[in-house]
Amino acid sequence: MTVYLDNAATTAPAPEVVEAVVRTMRDGYGNPSSRHGRGAAAARALAQARQEVAALIGAEPEEVIFTGSGTEADALGVVGAARAARGRHLVVSALEHAAVYESARQLASEGWRMDEVAPAQDGRVTVDSVLQAIRPDTSLVAIMLANNEIGSLQPVPDLARAVRAQGQKIHFHVDAVQCASLLPIDVRGLGVDSLALSAHKLHGPQGVGALWLRPGKRITALYGGGGQEHNLRPGTENLPGCVGFGVAASLARGARDSVARVASLRDQLEDLVFARLPQVRPTIARTTPRVPHISNVLLPGVPAEPVLHALAARSVFASEGAACRARTRAPSRVMRAIAVPSGTGTLRFSLSRFTTPSDIEAAVSALVAALGEIEGAAHICQR
Amino acid sequence: MVTVLCRYGELFLKGGNRGFFLRAMADNVRRAVSDMPAAQVFAPHGRILVRAPDEQREDLCRRLERVFGLVSVSPGVETTPDLAAITSAALAEAQRASTVLPAADRTFKVEARRTDKSFPLRSHAIDCHVGDAVIATLGLKVDVHRPSLRIGIEIHSTAVYVFAEVRPAPGGLPVGVSGRGVLLLSGGIDSPVAGWLAAKRGLALQALTFHSPPFTGEGAKDKVLSLLRILARWQVATTLHVAHFTETQQRLRAAGPAELAVVLYRRMMVRVADLLCDRGHADAIVTGENLGQVASQTLINMANIEKAARHIVLRPLLTYDKTETTTLARRIGTYATSALPFEDCCSLFTPAHPSTAARLSDLEAAERTLDVAAEAARLAEQCERIVV
Repeated sequence: MTVYLDNAATTAPAPEVVEAVVRTMRDGYGNPSSRHGRGAAAARALAQARQEVAALIGAEPEEVIFTGSGTEADALGVVGAARAARGRHLVVSALEHAAVYESARQLASEGWRMDEVAPAQDGRVTVDSVLQAIRPDTSLVAIMLANNEIGSLQPVPDLARAVRAQGQKIHFHVDAVQCASLLPIDVRGLGVDSLALSAHKLHGPQGVGALWLRPGKRITALYGGGGQEHNLRPGTENLPGCVGFGVAASLARGARDSVARVASLRDQLEDLVFARLPQVRPTIARTTPRVPHISNVLLPGVPAEPVLHALAARSVFASEGAACRARTRAPSRVMRAIAVPSGTGTLRFSLSRFTTPSDIEAAVSALVAALGEIEGAAHICQR
Repeated sequence: MVTVLCRYGELFLKGGNRGFFLRAMADNVRRAVSDMPAAQVFAPHGRILVRAPDEQREDLCRRLERVFGLVSVSPGVETTPDLAAITSAALAEAQRASTVLPAADRTFKVEARRTDKSFPLRSHAIDCHVGDAVIATLGLKVDVHRPSLRIGIEIHSTAVYVFAEVRPAPGGLPVGVSGRGVLLLSGGIDSPVAGWLAAKRGLALQALTFHSPPFTGEGAKDKVLSLLRILARWQVATTLHVAHFTETQQRLRAAGPAELAVVLYRRMMVRVADLLCDRGHADAIVTGENLGQVASQTLINMANIEKAARHIVLRPLLTYDKTETTTLARRIGTYATSALPFEDCCSLFTPAHPSTAARLSDLEAAERTLDVAAEAARLAEQCERIVV
């Protein structure tokens, strides 16, 4: 029996999702562009899936573009918007996932100017800091809704309002990949121009994501092909994947009441960990607005990797939140942005609506034992 | 059917060695094609030939190009000792080989050789007859000095081999003719290359690696296994012994000052390798050590490590530059896997300032705080053995 607390990396596909994917592959295969019965049925299944993903975020189906991953949705939202824009300056937060950050760097290598907004100590950027970075030639701002390593929620509605108030034509893209499983998202309420989602973060299959695009907003496709997805992401649609995404989205909508429960389990995990292991501390303040399912903790004096192996040996699976690489001891960009000192390991536990109280107890016991083992060795090694 | 002529180096073919060498060579060729059921290996008149269906030609050549001891291989056809058959075979092989010739340099030469002098035509006459046919049919031009295509014809009493390609093979000696050894294999770039070089001179190896869970993870062990599988394509080694190093490593680290740790670990590693040599009737330990690369690889430290070994320690990469090792790793196929980011030693166990000249007396003093012989014996005894 394993305790899976790495849901920020990927989630277990829900049984209904698996069943829908298999059923689509076995019985429902077809190309939605074909002009016969099988094609029509495929097109209907795709439309149904699109409808469900749209409903998850309060959008209309025709505003949803299916992609091959969350990363691809981010690339389309950032690079695609940039290519259709006039000005050549963009602003991103220093916390962005590589999917946004590397897209921005790619633009920078093509002559765009890029500015990174550093977060405050609590892992959130402020509205003022973003506004300060905006220039007359800014045409793109990308700020993620929730950071995948530390879980902090960015003040996106306030940011969007403030950016719009500038009066410039600025495309505001939001990476919402870590949110949709548990937080209600309303794209109209957010006031942004595009939003990226990933199916496998909400108990859907890997290999499919989606970009929501505000009606009227122009973006350029990353490559050409057969015209699917308004010609913005051509290629035969991943029908089983999209169907699975639709089912996952529908299940997530029906599980909104899990949010409080997951947050409470996460808080309980932290309460127990900090009580039993005083040397372990929260990476950002626990009162920071955060997604309910992510907990990131600091392990001063030991690298995270052996602790993770020791946890895995006790059947508890978590991740580093990418703070410390064993030999280089270089923290991740996000950890550097919030000033986590070099040589500090960090652990990320990420829950799901399927996590149980006994999972939490098992994880805490395992962490106590694992840390004891590694700290024992570290003690010997630091003489 | 394709018949591949396998050529081996001539060095050890004087005297009594010849039969032993040839048998080992043929065995290794057989091993290289052991999972190609339609391939047959023959060793008539001191040649080594492999016959297989035509469609397996490329696969077969790729495998034979990885057999140590062979210097070149020539895929071609076998015919009867009949001029018409020889000529048509030569045309077929030349046609195939000529498709990759540059347009500006479509020249050829025929090189016939008779080991059976009873064949009616002399070599020169054969060259001309076949050459005329090639000119007439394929439109190539003769150039006896610098041809871009050489058509080889070897005439033996019962068979004739015709080929138009000579593909280089790695040379060296057949694996096994030089004895057995134990290779200290880590996930780094160097040790797999060292193993390859040792096998190239005929050493049959078993690999030994050290794993310290939970300080090293599954990924590191999988990486070593992947490297071994790549080396196995060259018949370098197929057995991996995984020593469970966690407790011993901690005890060694605690036994003395931080600066001695790395040399202490390596002294223990060669002791375990010694015991595996004893068990496997091997006579050498092979390492990827290089002169001066990291603190533990200075002359003094190497000497101190070696003093803990009873068997000879071979260091094929001792004088290689990193760039040379990397180039070779790419050729062998291990570079990309070695570059994967799985640490084979946790940062906790690698001190910030390892000594470049550990004193033997200090090392021995540290080792006296444990029973090194018992530790080594336990490690060797409890190795996990994996065959790929």
